[in-house]
Amino acid sequence: MSVIAAHRNHPTYWAFLLHRISGLALVIFLPIHLYVLSMAVGDGARLDAFLDWTQRPLVKLAEVVLVVLLALHMAGGLRLLAVEFLPWRDSQKTLAAFAGAFAVGAGILYFLNVV
Amino acid sequence: MTAAETNKTLKVDIWRGGDDGYYQSFTVPHEKSQTILDVVTYVQRKLDPTLSYRFSCRVGMCGSCAMTVNGSPRWTCRTHVDRVSGDGYIKIEPLRNFPRVKDLAVDMTVFFDKWRDANAQFVPTEPDLDGFAQVDPNSSERKEASAAIECIGCGICYAACDLVSWNPDYLGPAALNRAWTLVNDVRDADPNGHLKAVAGDAGCHACHSQQGCTSHCPKSLSPTASIAGLKRNSFVALLKGKL
Amino acid sequence: MSGRLEIWLFVFQRLSAIVLAPLVLVHLVTMIYAVQGGLSAAEILNRTQSNAIWPVLYGIFIVAVAIHGAIGLRTILREMTPLQDKGSGVIAVLFCALVLILGYRAVGAIA
Repeated sequence: MSVIAAHRNHPTYWAFLLHRISGLALVIFLPIHLYVLSMAVGDGARLDAFLDWTQRPLVKLAEVVLVVLLALHMAGGLRLLAVEFLPWRDSQKTLAAFAGAFAVGAGILYFLNVV
Repeated sequence: MTAAETNKTLKVDIWRGGDDGYYQSFTVPHEKSQTILDVVTYVQRKLDPTLSYRFSCRVGMCGSCAMTVNGSPRWTCRTHVDRVSGDGYIKIEPLRNFPRVKDLAVDMTVFFDKWRDANAQFVPTEPDLDGFAQVDPNSSERKEASAAIECIGCGICYAACDLVSWNPDYLGPAALNRAWTLVNDVRDADPNGHLKAVAGDAGCHACHSQQGCTSHCPKSLSPTASIAGLKRNSFVALLKGKL
Repeated sequence: MSGRLEIWLFVFQRLSAIVLAPLVLVHLVTMIYAVQGGLSAAEILNRTQSNAIWPVLYGIFIVAVAIHGAIGLRTILREMTPLQDKGSGVIAVLFCALVLILGYRAVGAIA
């Protein structure tokens, strides 16, 4: 038996699933991110101390994942806006593919620069 | 000879019972160009006469034979065994998201109740005794309606839809699709009434465009497109104070 | 009445998405650039304090993401947990408030 139910095994369902998972992950990450940024207050000494911690490889990997999730959510969202507001076309799969490619591209760019 | 054709028999698991039940296994001879409906018919006639199932036209016009075949909702009269079962195994269940009456027959009441709740019925205007209603087939509205009008209410979209599973009040793709055809019908007297009925919290806005409906519809309709239209039109109607 | 609420939530979700799209793009590009050669508070503050556009952009970003995330969270709660109207609404509003408060503290820190 496959991991995903047969009636869900099509591209626009995966697009929905990734969009929801990335959204949930971002919503959890966001308050933490904002709290960390507020440490920049003053001369940013507290932030510098935190940024040292982010140099660890596992943290950098997590950052790459976050970048991919953000790009994925945005691209998927743009696809949805196209589906809902632009004249209908049946080739939704192509749009989904572009969204995925964009997200991966963003992740790769970030990875190359953060490492 | 394909790998499937070399299987002389098929192993078939069929759901027996109501919402509580079990899968009963059968061995069915594998014929050329056999459909799933052929398989079910063979089981009922030759192996177990107590098996209950629905069918009517058996040629892909009425939608009565819709069932879940190896996980996907399909018309069984139009599903060839070789298409869905490369390894000779078939699992046949009643349609998802419907209460089970017996074996492969489901209770379609809620499906049609939601059609009514979505106000997906034509509202006539006063009859014009001078002639027929003029509907331009090339108008954008008629094209929208025509693209969605061929629905025969078979329930496959409803069975394929995850929102129906997650939100028991969700009106469902078929009812919303039909409402969209009426919103675009220039003869209908109350387009805003149609929009009002589908703009609730179990209406068109619950759809996330996953397109389970569109990918399974045997008539190649796209309820997702119709629902997107309802989202757009209901917003415009709200802005104009018509809701 | 709840019907009209759903339409408005849908509209605000889509509108905030449209506002967020270019902001997210800018954010992605900025991060990829900023992360080159390591990250430091001084570098960040240097950039954000040098031009008034940064606090303004991030200010809008915060409002848009607070609305967008709250509405999205509400939908997920309604579909995947037993919470319905009241519970999901309360959590959504709390999330929105949390992001607005933390967000404005952050914008204040980098301005």
